[in-house]
Amino acid sequence: MTALIEIERLTKRFGAFTAVDDVSFTVARGEVVGFLGPNGAGKSTTMRMLAGFMLPTSGTARICGEDVVERPIAAKRNLGFLPEGAPTYPEMSVVDFLEFCARIRGFAGAERVERVAHAMSLTQLEGVRLQPIETLSKGFKRRVGLAQALLHSPPVLVLDEPTDGLDPNQKHEVRELIRAMAPQKAIIISTHILEEVATVCTRAIVIARGRVLADATPAELVADGRSMEEVFRTLTLGAAA
Amino acid sequence: MSAALTVARREFAAYFATPVAIVFIVIFLVLSGALTFTLGGFFARGQADLIPFFSFVPWLFLFLVPALTMRLWAEERRLGTIELLLTLPITAWQAVIGKFLAAWAFCAVALALTFPLVVTVNLLGEPDNGVILTGYLGCLLVAGAYLAIGAAISALTRNQVIAFVLAVAGCFLFAAAGSPVVTEFLSANLPVLAELARAVSVTERFAGFTRGVIDARDFIFFASFMAFWLFVNAVILEHKKAD
Repeated sequence: MTALIEIERLTKRFGAFTAVDDVSFTVARGEVVGFLGPNGAGKSTTMRMLAGFMLPTSGTARICGEDVVERPIAAKRNLGFLPEGAPTYPEMSVVDFLEFCARIRGFAGAERVERVAHAMSLTQLEGVRLQPIETLSKGFKRRVGLAQALLHSPPVLVLDEPTDGLDPNQKHEVRELIRAMAPQKAIIISTHILEEVATVCTRAIVIARGRVLADATPAELVADGRSMEEVFRTLTLGAAA
Repeated sequence: MSAALTVARREFAAYFATPVAIVFIVIFLVLSGALTFTLGGFFARGQADLIPFFSFVPWLFLFLVPALTMRLWAEERRLGTIELLLTLPITAWQAVIGKFLAAWAFCAVALALTFPLVVTVNLLGEPDNGVILTGYLGCLLVAGAYLAIGAAISALTRNQVIAFVLAVAGCFLFAAAGSPVVTEFLSANLPVLAELARAVSVTERFAGFTRGVIDARDFIFFASFMAFWLFVNAVILEHKKAD
């Protein structure tokens, strides 16, 4: 099985500060990787480099075999990316915003209408389709960002804190959605919520100070009987010491 | 190209989604009309042309065009949507051109809404409508030049006020370069720079258009001026995507 996401010795420095330090891993189809770590650990920076928003200082990443630095457009076509905080254009209505993303992705006519409708039904946005995004609650805004990432049914999904700001029911819906899509895709989600890793992810990567500290299945991490939270604390605090 | 046009469409609609469009157009029409009829002496001159109007437009644009460009990139940075836009499968170039075209089309709309002036001179006398047309073309090119500077500056910051002030200053540099005050001072002290100042002056190049002359050199000047600043814009964006 070939890996859809390949990250190879990825490093990002801001001046003297190393945000991401020699990170390598691959994600194959069917895997859901939970990207865990304290704030400032380098999760978002890694995801931004993978999405082609930041240029790596060294190393590279490939999405479906396309290098994100050398062939960014080809790589981005295969990627659905939810940036941190799910930014959207506040003055646009939900349907206008998704239409805009669909147009940029080159969908036209009936297919575009169908894609937008499908993305809205996956994220349950039909009820607010004509509302300006700025008038929506935090949970809806997050789902608009998610709909945008799912629009083109990409083989690779990179979601930066997809459940942040959602209520428990909405969290459940999003997790169900991710689980349902998992078999056909390679998915990376970053999260602070440890229980999420156990329920959704097939693999957990713990990162702190820009380095990968653990890369195992959630079951393996807690194999010695400790709770996920204890494992997380030992790993990340140990790195800081 | 279609991705650039998609960006342009969204950006153009965004102007009208906020009061920015209405405020800009109203202020532009009121000021251009008032200046033409009062300071410009539209009636007193007794001539059927739009010279008074065209002489004020570059100076009005100096303050109004940066108001259109300040949000182009600064707002994207503040909202974080720049991360969304630049992770869609488009190049920085397409985004830069799209935003520029939207702002330019908006200026064209504002200029087109000054049509009552054209109607007025045609009712009062027999103006040379060819000259009026080239004058409008010149206005559009001046707007494009200022827009290109303003958009590039907007890409530098997440603060719209800074983007506005710097853009006004940048545009003023190229507007004032050809004014008698500057050129006389420079020819007295630094003759080499005087030639250069006249050569890069937007208002100097614009003057030909108001006389009905379309000089290929002026045209090439505006085209390369815009291309240069759009290039700068794309470079800034590539190197400063995230803060």
